[in-house]
Amino acid sequence: MNNRKEALIPAVGVITDIRIDTPDVKTFRVVTPDGKKAFEHKPGQCAMLSIPGVGEAMFSITSSPTNTEFMEFSIKKCGCVTEWLHQAEVGQQITIRGPYGNPFPVDDVFAGKDLLFIAGGIGLAPLRSVINYCRHYKDRYGKIDIVYGSRSKEDLVDYKEIIDEWVVDPDINVHLTIDREQEGWDGHVGFVPNYVKELGFDTGKTAIVCGPPIMIKFTLDGLCSVGFDKKQIYTTMELRMKCGIGKCGRCNIGSKYVCKDGPVFRCDELDELPDEY
Amino acid sequence: MRKCSLQNLETVFEKISESMTLYIPADTKDGADFTKWTKGVQMSQALNTNRSAKDFFFPQTEDLVEFKTEGKNIEVIDTRKESEDFAVFGVRACDVKSFDILDRVFLTEPYDSYYATRREHGVIFSLACTRPAETCFCGTFGINPAEPGADVSMWKTDSEMFFEANTEKGKEILKKLESVTQSADASDVDGQKKKTGEIMKKLPLSDLSAEKFGKGMTSKYFDSPKWRELSATCIGCGTCTFVCPTCQCYDIKDFNSGKGVIRYRCWDSCMYSDFTKMAHGNSRNSQTERFRQRFMHKLVYYPDNNDGMFSCVGCGRCLNKCPISMNIVKVMKTLGGEDNE
Repeated sequence: MNNRKEALIPAVGVITDIRIDTPDVKTFRVVTPDGKKAFEHKPGQCAMLSIPGVGEAMFSITSSPTNTEFMEFSIKKCGCVTEWLHQAEVGQQITIRGPYGNPFPVDDVFAGKDLLFIAGGIGLAPLRSVINYCRHYKDRYGKIDIVYGSRSKEDLVDYKEIIDEWVVDPDINVHLTIDREQEGWDGHVGFVPNYVKELGFDTGKTAIVCGPPIMIKFTLDGLCSVGFDKKQIYTTMELRMKCGIGKCGRCNIGSKYVCKDGPVFRCDELDELPDEY
Repeated sequence: MRKCSLQNLETVFEKISESMTLYIPADTKDGADFTKWTKGVQMSQALNTNRSAKDFFFPQTEDLVEFKTEGKNIEVIDTRKESEDFAVFGVRACDVKSFDILDRVFLTEPYDSYYATRREHGVIFSLACTRPAETCFCGTFGINPAEPGADVSMWKTDSEMFFEANTEKGKEILKKLESVTQSADASDVDGQKKKTGEIMKKLPLSDLSAEKFGKGMTSKYFDSPKWRELSATCIGCGTCTFVCPTCQCYDIKDFNSGKGVIRYRCWDSCMYSDFTKMAHGNSRNSQTERFRQRFMHKLVYYPDNNDGMFSCVGCGRCLNKCPISMNIVKVMKTLGGEDNE
C-alpha cells in the first residue's frame, strides 16, 4: 500500500443547509462530518458528489474559495442523482471527492482586466464562484459587469444574493433579464445574447460565459460580431463524467478530457476541438 | 539466457507456482485463454488468446470501495486486500506493448492505485511468435514479435523454451528457476527470430502503414465523409473494445448488495449509445460519431497526448471477432486512401 491520495475513493460530506433557489434548483451547503471544508479549490473547479446506491455526478463548486467554512453546490433537478438530492434533508450525508478540472485564470490572465460575466439559467452556478472571488479581491480587477438572464423571475438562481449583495455593490454593474414579460418584473425582458448586444460593452473586456449550449453559442457569436476576440472569452463546459481524472474516456473530445483539461476553455481553444459538444 | 526442454516445462510451471499464482494460455472449448495453472494444465499452441492480457491489470469488473449507510449516515470502507504476486506466461509482443499504452493512462497523475498495484505484483513472461497469422499487423506499430520484451522474453523452438530476463523482476524470477533450467547461448534463438522475420514479410498486412495517422491529424480526418460509409453496418456491440488490449474506457456503478453498497468499475465502450448520454442530451448521438470516436482515439487523439504513440498494437483480435467484419485495418486503408498499404 502507498500513501498517495486515492483518486476514486470519496470522503463523507454532510449537507448542513438547503436553500430553495428556483422551482428546480436548490443550493446545498456541504462540510465534512467534523464541520470543516472538504478541500480547497479554485474558482471554476468541480467536485464529484454521490449518494451510494444512486450514483455519482460532477457538479461545479458554486461557493467561492474565499469561503473558508463550507462549500456550496447549486443543483438543478434533472436526473437520478439530482432528483435524489432534491429530496434530501439537512443532516444527510453524501460523498464528495475533488477538486477536479482547471480553474478560471483568476490570478494571472484576469488580473487587472475589466470582467464581463454572462450567464443563463443554472449557468450562473459555476460563475458564482468566480464572481464572488473577484468581488473579494476587487482591487485586483477592473470594472465588473454581470449580465444574467433566466426564463422567469422565479428561475433566477441566487436571486437573494444578487439583490442583497451584488446589486448594492458599487463596484459591480448587474444587468438582469428574463425571457418573457411577467407581473411584478420591471427589469429588462429578452434573451441574454440580445441583451448583451443592446448593452454594447467595451470590447476590451474579458468575457466569461456560461449557460445552456444554445445561449452560449449565440452569446459568443454576438460578442465576436461586435469585435471581441475569441482569446478574450472564456466558458466552462459540461459533459458526462465518471472518473473525473481523465481516464474513463467519457468526456474525451479530440485530444482533450473535459474533466481534466477543462471544464474551463478559452473560446479559441474550443475552436480547435472537434465539434462534438 | 536460460532454457529448458519442452517436456520439462511443467517443472518450470511448478517452480513458479511455489511462490505465486501462475496463468498460462490454455485451450478451452472456445479457443485459448489465460488459465490458472494447476498440475496437468497444458500450454496452448494457439497464436494468441481470445481475450487480451489486459484483464490481469484492468479486469472487466473490480470493486473500488464499499459504503454502509444507516439513516442519514454513510461509512466509506476501503475493502481492498493486500495483493498477491502473480505471473502471466506466454504473453505475445502485441499484448506486451499494450501494457505500455495502458501505463500511460493509468500511471500518469492522478495515478490509478488499483491498476498500479496489479502492475507491481505481476511478472510477465512474454513469448516470441513463431507463426504470426494473416490478421497480424503489429509491425505497423513498430512491434517486433520476435523480441517480445516485458520482464522475461521467451522463445520456443520445436524442443526447447528459452528465457532471457529484461528487468530486475525478470532476473529475480529466472534466478529462482535456475534449478529447473540450463544455461543457453543467445545465438540459439537467432534462427527462430530470423524465421519469424521472414514470415512477417509475407503477411497480407505487412505493408499496412500508420504514417498517415498520428499527432495533429484531427482536422484532416474528423470531418471525412468516409466515416458514414465505414460505420454504416456497425451494430455498436462493443466486441472490438472488449477484446482490444488497449481499450480502457470504464464505467463506475453502484450495486446494492443488501448489506451495503459496492461501488465497482467495469469496462465500458465508446461504441455504446449511452456512453456520453446525459440528463440533457447526448454529445455523440449517432453510431457514426461513436465509431469515429473509437478510431480517432486510437489513431490521432492518443498519439496527440503520448508523443505519437498509437493506441493499437495490431493484435488482430478485432479482425477476428467483429460480427460485421469491420476493423481498424479497413478504417486505416479507407481513410488513408488505397495507397495506404
